[in-house]
Amino acid sequence: MSQLLDFLAIVGRGLISACRTLGGVAIFAGIGVSHLVRPPFQFRQFQRHFIEIAYFSLPVVALTALFTGMVLALQSFTGFSRFNAESAIASVVVLSVTRELGPVLASLMVAGRIGAAMAAEIGTMRVTDQVDALTTLSTDPMKYLVAPRLLAATLAMPLLVIVANILGVLGGFLIGTVKLGFVAQTYLDNTWDVLEVMDVVSGLVKAAVFGFVIALMGSWCGYNSRGGAQGVGQATTSAVVSSSILILALDYVITEAFFSR
Amino acid sequence: MTPSDREAQRSVNQPGNASDRGAQRSVNQPGNETPKIRLRSLRKSFGAKRVLDGVDLDVRANHSMVLLGGSGSGKSVTIKCILGLITPDEGLIEIDGQDVSKLSRRDRTEMRDRIGMLFQNGALFDSLPVWENVCFKLLAQKRITRAAARDKAAEVLAQVGLAASVGDLSPSELSGGMQKRVALARAVAAQPDIIFFDEPTTGLDPIMGAVIDGLIVDCVQRLGATALSITHDMASARRIGDDAAMIHKGQIIWTGAAGALGNTGNAMVDQFARGEREGPIQMELRR
Repeated sequence: MSQLLDFLAIVGRGLISACRTLGGVAIFAGIGVSHLVRPPFQFRQFQRHFIEIAYFSLPVVALTALFTGMVLALQSFTGFSRFNAESAIASVVVLSVTRELGPVLASLMVAGRIGAAMAAEIGTMRVTDQVDALTTLSTDPMKYLVAPRLLAATLAMPLLVIVANILGVLGGFLIGTVKLGFVAQTYLDNTWDVLEVMDVVSGLVKAAVFGFVIALMGSWCGYNSRGGAQGVGQATTSAVVSSSILILALDYVITEAFFSR
Repeated sequence: MTPSDREAQRSVNQPGNASDRGAQRSVNQPGNETPKIRLRSLRKSFGAKRVLDGVDLDVRANHSMVLLGGSGSGKSVTIKCILGLITPDEGLIEIDGQDVSKLSRRDRTEMRDRIGMLFQNGALFDSLPVWENVCFKLLAQKRITRAAARDKAAEVLAQVGLAASVGDLSPSELSGGMQKRVALARAVAAQPDIIFFDEPTTGLDPIMGAVIDGLIVDCVQRLGATALSITHDMASARRIGDDAAMIHKGQIIWTGAAGALGNTGNAMVDQFARGEREGPIQMELRR
C-alpha cells in the first residue's frame, strides 16, 4: 500500500511540476506578446535578431532543404518504380516539401542554431546579473530581451521556409532531370499542376508558429536558468529539446487543422 | 531633486576627507530627519532558509553608508529588496518617506530612474559597446539621442579616468579594473540621487581597489547622492563610508560611524573588522 502511495506521490509531483511549468510558459508568452503592442518598441533589438535568424540561418536551411529534396526524389523513384508510378515523383516532392519537410526541417535546424543561442545568451545574462542590471537601468527585461526575439523569429521563419521550399523543389528537380532522366518541362508541369495555394500557406503558418515556439522556449529556458555555467548549459539543452518536441507536436495539430477534412 | 538643488547641496556637502565627513554628520543629524532609505522588520526566506530576519536600517540623505557582513549574511538580498529585484516576505521599505510596496508601476519606474547600481561583477552588456553601456539608461529613457550619447559617454568616462576611445571597445576587451570603472560610469551617468555599490573592489588589486574607492567618493560627492555600499573590504569601507552597519544572520547588529570600525566596542563587529578567526562569530561549516 505504501509503495502505491509513494508511486502516486511521484506521479502527482510530476503532474504539478508540469502544470506549473506550462502555466509559467503561458504567462511568460503572454507578457512577451503584450510588450509587442506597448511602447516603447525595441526596434534595434528586433532588427538585430531578425538579421541573425533570417540572414545567418540561410546557409544551414538552404543546404538542409536542397539535400532533403534530392534524397526525397531519389527515394521516391526507387519506391514508386515498383508500381510504375514514377510520374508521381514531382508531385510527392513538392507536396512533401511545402507541407511538411520545408517548415519542419528548417525549424528544427533553426531551433538547434537560434534557440540554443537565445537560451545561452539570456542565460548568461541572467547568471551574470545583466538581467537585473536592465531593471535597474529603467528597462523591462521582457521588453528588451524577449519581445523582439518573439517577433523576429515569428516573421523570419516563414521567409526561411519560402527559401527552403524553393531549394527543396530544386533539389528534387535536379535529381529528377539529371539523374533519373525526366524531361525538365514535364517535371515542372507536374510540380505546378499539383501545387495549391493552401499547401504553401499551411507551410508558412507552421513556420510562423514554429518560429514563435523556438524564440519562446529559447527565451524561457534562458530567463529561468540558474547556477552558473552548468545552469546555462542545461538551459541550452532544454531549449533545443523542448522546442524540437513542440515543433513536432504542433506540426500534427496544425496539419489536423488544415487537412483533416 | 533637481540638478540645481543638487548643486546647492554639493556646495554644503563638500567634505574633503573622512574627518570632515564626520564633522558634517554631526551637523546633518537632526533627530527627526526623514532617512533617504528606511527599512523596518524586513524579512525574506528562500525555502526553509531565512536570509533576512527583521532588518531595520536607516540611510541618511546625502550620506554614504557601508553595509558589512559575512558571506550569506543577507547584504545582497537587502539591496535587491530595496531595488525591487526581490520581493520581501514582510517588512517596510521606504525611499524618501514613500512605501515602495504601495507605489504604482509608473511611480516605481520613476523611482528606479533616480537610482544607480554598480554590480559586483560589473554586469556590463556584452552585446553593446562601452559607450552604449554607459549611456544605456539615458537612451532607454529617451533623454538623449544616440549621437549625443557618444559625447556624453566620453564625458562620463573621463570622470572615471578612461579615455574616450575606450567607448568604442567591447566590455570583453577591458581588464577587470577598467570594467569596474565603466560600470561605475554607467551607474552615475544618469545622475541618480541614490547609488548602490555591490562589493565594488572585489577581485581588484589593492591599488586598483583604492582607485575605484576614490572614484566612488568623487562621484557620490559630485552628484550629492546618497550611497549604500556592501563590502567585505575594511579599507574600502573606511574610505567610502560615512556611516556603517553590520548585518549578521539576517539582522542589523550594529550601526555607527565608518571611521570607528575596529574599535566599536561590539565584539562581533570588531572581530569582523580585524579579520580575526577567534571571536563570537563562528563560521558555519556544512557537515
